[in-house]
Amino acid sequence: MSSNKKIIRKKDFSLLQRLYLPEIFRGLFTTFLQMFKPKITYQYPEERFHPPASFRGRPVLVEEQGVERCVACGLCSRVCPALAIEVQASETELEKERYPVKFEINMVRCIFCGFCEEVCPEEAIVMSNEFELAFSSQEEAIFGKDKLLTPAEKLKERLEFLKQHR
Amino acid sequence: MIPFWVTLLKIGTVVGVLMTAAALVTFLERRISAFIQNRIGPNRVGPQGIFQILADVVKLVMKEDIVPKAANKTVHDIAPMISISVALCTFAVIPFGNIIELFGYQIKLLVADVNIGILFILAMTSMGVYGVSLAGWSSNNKYSLLGGLRSSAQLISYELAMGLSVIGVLMVAESLRLDQIVLHQTRYLGGWFPAWNMFVQPLGFVIFFVAAFAETNRLPFDLPEAEPELVGGYHTEYSGMKFGLFMFSEYINMITSSALITTLFLGGWHIPFSENWAVSPIALSLLQVLAFCIKVSLVVLFFIIVRWTIPRFRYDQLMNLGWKVLLPLALVNVLGTGLAILLIPYIS
Repeated sequence: MSSNKKIIRKKDFSLLQRLYLPEIFRGLFTTFLQMFKPKITYQYPEERFHPPASFRGRPVLVEEQGVERCVACGLCSRVCPALAIEVQASETELEKERYPVKFEINMVRCIFCGFCEEVCPEEAIVMSNEFELAFSSQEEAIFGKDKLLTPAEKLKERLEFLKQHR
Repeated sequence: MIPFWVTLLKIGTVVGVLMTAAALVTFLERRISAFIQNRIGPNRVGPQGIFQILADVVKLVMKEDIVPKAANKTVHDIAPMISISVALCTFAVIPFGNIIELFGYQIKLLVADVNIGILFILAMTSMGVYGVSLAGWSSNNKYSLLGGLRSSAQLISYELAMGLSVIGVLMVAESLRLDQIVLHQTRYLGGWFPAWNMFVQPLGFVIFFVAAFAETNRLPFDLPEAEPELVGGYHTEYSGMKFGLFMFSEYINMITSSALITTLFLGGWHIPFSENWAVSPIALSLLQVLAFCIKVSLVVLFFIIVRWTIPRFRYDQLMNLGWKVLLPLALVNVLGTGLAILLIPYIS
């Protein structure tokens, strides 16, 4: 005996319960009432789901005043369990001195774990609330800087959320 | 003598209405199941998604017909044909209205006016087993075979209870003709209460209803196609329109069973107290046809709601219920009815 829990099975059903039919009608009544309850379906293309700030959508690069925060340290690429991120660093005249020449995320490989966001020292890569990702080819699924850069204003909710919970 | 073309017209109407209704029921089933599960269901094709039926049929027709390499091709082809033709035949003897006067003819509103009515129906529903079990056997697939075997076992066990529960009705109506059975239900008990067999034969009604679920392979008894255990059951290896025929015959069977329940127990086309209405006979006849349709659709709705309420029986529970509960109850019902028929004249 692995567990000493005793299984209690009710045996003294009343005659009405043993007749099945009254209980079946009670069940039918329950399902019948369900028909008039509000529906939980989203009418998808017209009506869309807006995820809360805690949602982990596709990772994006935060852009402030036209420049990405990223300093191309490569930690995200290092921590990525699916090896989806590729970063190439270079030097710049700006205060941060380093910037990514190339920043690519292979969205077919990405598993939306959010490790890149967690490890980033600059809060430069965050998970957005976008989740509609469909591709018709492997090449299309590799997102470069053009697709990844997102103005910080758009990511306000997420950045706020990160401040609170980190 | 009623001319030949009237009969042809009747056949055409019944088959047409039956096929349309079956398609409509598949759609209704999807919508209602969705509502019961707090979903919306198919609502994109046409108003409220009603043309989903057409989309489904087009899809089924266009699909490739795959026959497994090891299958017995001839039998594999014949099985769905048996299913659908048997399903369509059964409706032939069900009266969907009273005698109607049209073009100077007295037309009985049923396709085949045979004197063995109810026996014909019981025989035809038993024929339906062939379609299912042959499909299961010819597919050469263990799941299909198990589904076919289960269906034959199930149908044989429940046919007994079904037949015996009908005997009570036959004893009351003293006729095998379904139109006579309906006519017998147009009387009133104590002058005001409709003498539908549902009230005269409550036990028989319940037994017949339960057996009808088993006969149509509907959910509490849908062991022949129990998805979690048998993949798709007897139609696992069917695709395209051959699968479509099986599906259609299942729904036609459901409508036929509902029609049969209506005819035998719910007073058929009878509208209570309509005898005193001041309407022309032809309007009354049409109203009666309408009443029949409404009754049948209510029973069909009940079938659908039951499907989404009650979980599937285990195989041994199914057999227990059939042989140890329904069959003795049906026998008791026959005995009780006999005693009542014998004793009531003495009391009154």
